[in-house]
Order: sequence, then structure tokens, then C-alpha cells
Amino acid sequence: MKNFQIIRALSSNSAVSSIAKESSAAFIAGGTNLVDLMKKNVVAPDKLIDINGIDLKKIEFLTGKVTIGALAKNSQVAEDEVIKEKYPLLALALAAGASQQIRHMATVGGNMLQRTRCSYFYNTDMPCNKRVPKSGCGAIGGSNRMHAIFGASDSCIAVHPSDMCIALAALDAKVFVEGPKGKREIKFTDFHRLPGNTPEKDNTLENKEIITSIEIPNNNFTKNIHYLKVRDRTSYAFALVSVAVGLDIKNNIISEARLAMGGVAHKPWRLLEAEQFLKGKTVSEATFKQAATLAMKGARSFGDNDFKLTLGPNSITEALTIAAAK
Amino acid sequence: MAAKRTIKSKVVEEESNSSRRDFIKKSSLLTAFALAPPSFVLASENKWDEKIAEYLETVPLSIEVNGTKHNLNVEPRTTLLDLLREQLFLTGTKKGCDHGQCGACTVHVDGVRILSCLSLASMQQNAQVTTIEGLSKGKKLHPMQEAFIKNDGFQCGYCTPGQIMSGIACIKEGHANSREEIREYMSGNICRCGAYHNIVDAITEVKEGGKAL
Repeated sequence: MKNFQIIRALSSNSAVSSIAKESSAAFIAGGTNLVDLMKKNVVAPDKLIDINGIDLKKIEFLTGKVTIGALAKNSQVAEDEVIKEKYPLLALALAAGASQQIRHMATVGGNMLQRTRCSYFYNTDMPCNKRVPKSGCGAIGGSNRMHAIFGASDSCIAVHPSDMCIALAALDAKVFVEGPKGKREIKFTDFHRLPGNTPEKDNTLENKEIITSIEIPNNNFTKNIHYLKVRDRTSYAFALVSVAVGLDIKNNIISEARLAMGGVAHKPWRLLEAEQFLKGKTVSEATFKQAATLAMKGARSFGDNDFKLTLGPNSITEALTIAAAK
Repeated sequence: MAAKRTIKSKVVEEESNSSRRDFIKKSSLLTAFALAPPSFVLASENKWDEKIAEYLETVPLSIEVNGTKHNLNVEPRTTLLDLLREQLFLTGTKKGCDHGQCGACTVHVDGVRILSCLSLASMQQNAQVTTIEGLSKGKKLHPMQEAFIKNDGFQCGYCTPGQIMSGIACIKEGHANSREEIREYMSGNICRCGAYHNIVDAITEVKEGGKAL
């Protein structure tokens, strides 16, 4: 690993002003992804700004919503009793990610900013438009078993690796950020972006901005919810496909549905058309299968990941069935 | 005969290693000498270059490991794992993958299990670290160490320090209520020998034994 300077910031304001002066600097919180990327020389900042001293760790239950500080640890949120009661889909998704050691280190903001696990992105001997713009994409025509089936481009077919973010997309969360130009909020589903011709940009954060918190509005998705994660081993592996489901069921009729998929796109993939279709329908296997078929419209595979065209709809049907039966 | 040959080859290996090390040392010193400005050449003769480099590239760190306080200087890029093994010579904590995928480097920082390979030492100011070496009281092993021996919770032993540190935390966190829960919350510790069944036995036994951990 290249050596670097490290400084500590004690407020989000000072963190932003410290980074504003630097050409090659990065914020570090849990470091579970950044330190790994630095060891592999995928990124090599000259300076790290340690933001762990900033008071952004609180989970606050306010009228009609919860706000979670960007530095709250993944395990802290996953195991919070009120989160488990009022936002169980988030708790489930968090517990499905990484290992307990990593969840103890990783923060909410860092989880959102983690980079893709595409092996071409990690291997500096390989071409990767995300790592080195215009160098090509090794995964297209290469080994692409983990890769996208939605929203991919000719430049990049990588997927976003987070589980937490899939639940947050389904739950209509918001992201609060702060930068040299001040503070602003971003809809969670607008935070991550599709690769297009600029896959080096994972999200819509502007230069030198920092995530300060997220907010989730209260909802009725407390009982009929499920996070289904399909992976190569039972635990501690990235998703091949994952599905976050929230159903609000009254008298066997779905009054509202939320659906989002992970492991299939460059961003958490919200299934709005399937959600609309489910609204007002009676719970049945046939309905769930139809919703899954709708959700897969426009899916396209790249060879090694052809199986996701079958695994995807099957996982949606399975997740809906499990959620409805709870 | 065979034993003799083994010893002989070992000696040869050590000699060749040491001469290679010397060569690298000498050649890099010569390179540095050739590239360095005059003031640093003088410094190098007095070994001041090492001191200057140390001063420029390190940050002070106060850290408590297994109850002993240390005031050290570390490079910002030194991981907690390398600090423990290379500077404090606590080699019980193992380097497996060095990329957060195997759990062999698991230690407790302020009572919480974390991966020391993905933690920068320079970010552990005033932290209290417990490693496998800090578990036993004199010659009396920690209950989890005893349970691993009794239940054959290992074969080659390389992942064991990480498994034991993780197993203790798993119980303290309240995630050892069933075999399924233990397997899920121990999934960050990989055992290539496949001693998982016996590891779960050991953790279950300690949990049911109810001893203070």
C-alpha cells in the first residue's frame, strides 16, 4: 500500500473544508472497503480524512420518520430494537450483508459508498472503465457470472453490492449530504446511478460532498416483509440475486407493495411496475408469478449470468410468497 | 540420514535468505545514496536518514493491548494486524487473506470483534485491544480455549485464534442461542480444514456452561 497522510476531522463542516483543499484525498470511516481497495492499489489517495470523530452515529426516532447518522455502524442499526420493530426489512437486509465483524466496523454511509465487487474492477492488470475510464470492460465477453441484467451499458455491466441499500430503496429513504456548496437531500433511488458512459461515477454525490444521514419515513411494512438473498454459500457472500419485499395486506388484499432487487444492476433496482400491478390484488401464487414476469421486462444477460433471467423471477415469487405468509 | 539432510538444507536456506536480505538492504541503500540530496547523504552516514524518514512518515499512537499500554509511532498505512504481529510481536493473531474475507485476524477492540487486517492502526488512538494472547490468566486457559481443545475445534489451527476471539464475542453479543444462529454469526471465520461442527460444539458448550467470559 502506498503511504499517505492521515488527519482527523471532528465535524462534517471541517471534514468538507479539509477535503476541499486536496486533489487526492478520501474520507475514511469503517474502512472495510477502502483499506482493501488501497491494498490492491485500485485507489491510492495521498491523504485520508478520518471522520470517525464526527458526531453522526445516532439513530433518532422522530414523528413520522427515523433518521440514522451516516456513521452508525451496520450492526448497531441491524440490532436496534426499535428498528427491528418499525423497519424490520432494513434490519433483515443489514443482517444479510457481510459478517458480524465487518458489520461492527462498517458504517451506513460507507455501506452506500462501497464499490462494486466486479473482479475486473479489483484487478489492476485488467481493463475496467470504472477504475480507468476508457480502458474497456473486461466483464463484457469475460467472466460475468455476478453481473448485471438491468440497466447495463456498453461501458460497464458491474452491480452494486450492498444489501442494506436494497431495503432503503424499497422503503423510500432519503439521503442528506453536505458539501462545499452547502447541504442538500437526495431521494435514495436517485443516489446511485446507472453506468452509462461514465461508470467511474457510482452515485450522484458531487465532488467533496459527504453523507451526513439518511431518513426513512414511517410505513406499514412491519409484518409481511422479507429479504431473500440468493448466494453461492449460505452466509458471508455477495448476492447473485436478492429481493426486498414489503407488503401491506388487509383481508388477503395487497393495499400497497414495495419491491427492490439487488445483484442485478449498477444501483438498487426498484420494481415499480410490479408494485403497481400488485396493488389491490388478492394474495395468490399466480399473481406473484405475474408480478415477477412484469419485473423482468427488459432484462438482458451476458453469458455467464444467463441463469439470472430464471433465478430473478423465481426469487421474486419466492420472496413475495414468504412475505405474504408471515 | 534423512534428518541430517533436512537440517543441512535448512541451514543453506537460511544462509541464502540472509544474503538476499543483505543484498536488498545494500542495493537499496546505494540507490538511496545516489538519489539523495547532499544533506541527506550526511544524514545517512549517521543513520539519521532512518530517523528523519520515521519522523516524516509516522504518526504517534497510544494503544493498550492485553492490558499493556504502548506509546508508539506508526506509519499511517500500518494495519492493526501488522502492528500486533510486526511491532509488538504478538503473532497469535493470524494473517490469512489480509483482505477481510477469512476472519483469521479477528481481535476485540474496545470489547467489539473486528478484523484487524482492515483496520488502520493509526485510527485506533487510545483503543483497548484484546488478542488471543490476552485471554488466559497465567497458565489457566480461557473457557473458550478449553472448549476448543476438548471438542477438537481445530485441525491445522491457523484459523483458531480468530475463531476463538469471534466465538467469545458471538456469545457476549447474544448470538449463540441455537446452532443455526452460531453458524450464521460465525460465518465471517472460515476454516479450511472444515472443523465447523466441532467449533459450533465448543461455542455451544461455553454458552451452556454459563461462565463469565
